[in-house]
Amino acid sequence: MKPATLDPAYRIEEIRAQFPILKERVHGKPLIYFDNAATSQKPRRVIKAVSAYYATINANVHRGVHTLSNLATEAQEAAREAVRQHIHAKYAHEVIFTSGTTASMNLAASSLGQLLLKKGDEVLISGMEHHANIVPWQLACERYGAKLKVIPVTDSGELVIPGPTRNPGLFTDRTRILAITHVSNTLGTINPVKELVAQAKKLGIITVVDGAQAVPHMRIDVQDLGCDLYAFSGHKMYAPTGIGVLYGREELLEQMPPWQGGGEMIDQVTFEKTTYAKPPFKFEAGTPHIAGIIGLGEAVRWMQDYDLDAMAAHEHVLLEHATKELLTIDGLRIIGTAKEKVGVISIVIDGVHHYDLGTLLDQQGIAVRTGHHCTQPLMDRFGISGTTRVSFAPFNTIDEVDALVAATGRAVKMLKG
Amino acid sequence: MSSTLAQAQQEVVDEFAMLSDWQDRYEQLIEQGRDLPLIAPEHKLDENLVRGCQSRVWLHAELQDAALSTLSLPKGEGQNYAHNASTIHFTADSDALITKGIVALLVRVYNDRTPQEILGASTEFIDRIGLREHLSPNRANGLSAMIDQMKRYALAFSR
Repeated sequence: MKPATLDPAYRIEEIRAQFPILKERVHGKPLIYFDNAATSQKPRRVIKAVSAYYATINANVHRGVHTLSNLATEAQEAAREAVRQHIHAKYAHEVIFTSGTTASMNLAASSLGQLLLKKGDEVLISGMEHHANIVPWQLACERYGAKLKVIPVTDSGELVIPGPTRNPGLFTDRTRILAITHVSNTLGTINPVKELVAQAKKLGIITVVDGAQAVPHMRIDVQDLGCDLYAFSGHKMYAPTGIGVLYGREELLEQMPPWQGGGEMIDQVTFEKTTYAKPPFKFEAGTPHIAGIIGLGEAVRWMQDYDLDAMAAHEHVLLEHATKELLTIDGLRIIGTAKEKVGVISIVIDGVHHYDLGTLLDQQGIAVRTGHHCTQPLMDRFGISGTTRVSFAPFNTIDEVDALVAATGRAVKMLKG
Repeated sequence: MSSTLAQAQQEVVDEFAMLSDWQDRYEQLIEQGRDLPLIAPEHKLDENLVRGCQSRVWLHAELQDAALSTLSLPKGEGQNYAHNASTIHFTADSDALITKGIVALLVRVYNDRTPQEILGASTEFIDRIGLREHLSPNRANGLSAMIDQMKRYALAFSR
């Protein structure tokens, strides 16, 4: 681990100034926002881009011959290109816009299920998946008589990696799909996705990665990862809600059947037969969330302008400092102590319910997430009902972490009497 | 016990009005939880859990009538008891202290009232004691779910 020292060149005040919401007060106290893994706050540039779309070029895309329609289409496709560059996809048409990771996963599971799954086949996920990467596969498995298999999670919150000695037989000759999270939303664990994908590929297994918690924190290169599909949400990476992405390798997208039918996704429609448009439009039925797409494009440009590596390094300093300081609180333990983590800390405190802690932190102006974080099987794995999750963004400061530690101490004192 | 439900609400409002600091308000709330008539172990069942709370809340209600023996109704069932003077006795518990305090406040106000009183009661006193955030229709907090559940019991017992 790198030492927990702040980079003096890091432009924290400049970054903070770009998030209007940080001027808000909660219960009369300055907002300290540590719920970034649930949704990120939005830089002014993104808010402006969305507003400018509605104020100046609002029109439906791809259909009109008029000027506004052309401008809206250009702006949408420029955003697609920005996303392509950001994740280093080969082609812009490999970037499918969805409503978010959940929709991306439903698309993936529904379409791949139809394409690949037969009775007795297996889909392999992990024990730390978000419900969005569990339930769609369960539905697909039920439909085609396939089985869902799960990679176990260690006490430190790492995957038991398949390999000839460590976990033999994880991939079987019936495994068709590996669907795995890049970064755990609850534990912060960064999974060795590249290694897993490489093993799966050797066996001809299709690989799907849930990148919702990875894209906000690290450089993603889908070609380097080698996965077939990669899903993420806009709202966790400074873009509006209701917009997300499913990246897909061109050859696979060509083979995958469409998920939803409607306008935009067709080539020719007759009552006897419909032929479909090429990707990405085959998977984008109906009028897209144009404003969201434009906001996502701007969010991606914003991340590139502010140096993702510097932001990740800053978050890492916060993670180290918070881990060290929180552990000084009596009875506190951290769920998720993997060697490779993003800025997410899930805590439980003996004798303190996460709901009480979250409520008392809110009273002190601090926003955290409490509960099972849509990972109930993972909660069962650790024998807990929920955690209090602190998750960082590039605008968070060491002072805010210290305020959290003090506020947590105060809350524990109130609750334990 | 205060003579009317509205008076009991006012009493709670007055108690909290003296506490200007959030810390005192929440300490008072946690303190309230200690006075909650606890649900008997045999009723602390999953079927008595209030849906819609991030913490677990068990709520049980019994109809008590001076003239008859105490009757117990399974949750949500409207059996045909006609007891004009009968009152409802609630017992509850929660695994979170703040939630326990909130349910204790509700029980304190609604306990040993007739179904008609409970059904007719306003819940704005929660807002007036500075705990409005617990009323938001957020699935993390179950205050409105608790009130709904108490009113459902009242409705069932009033038929």
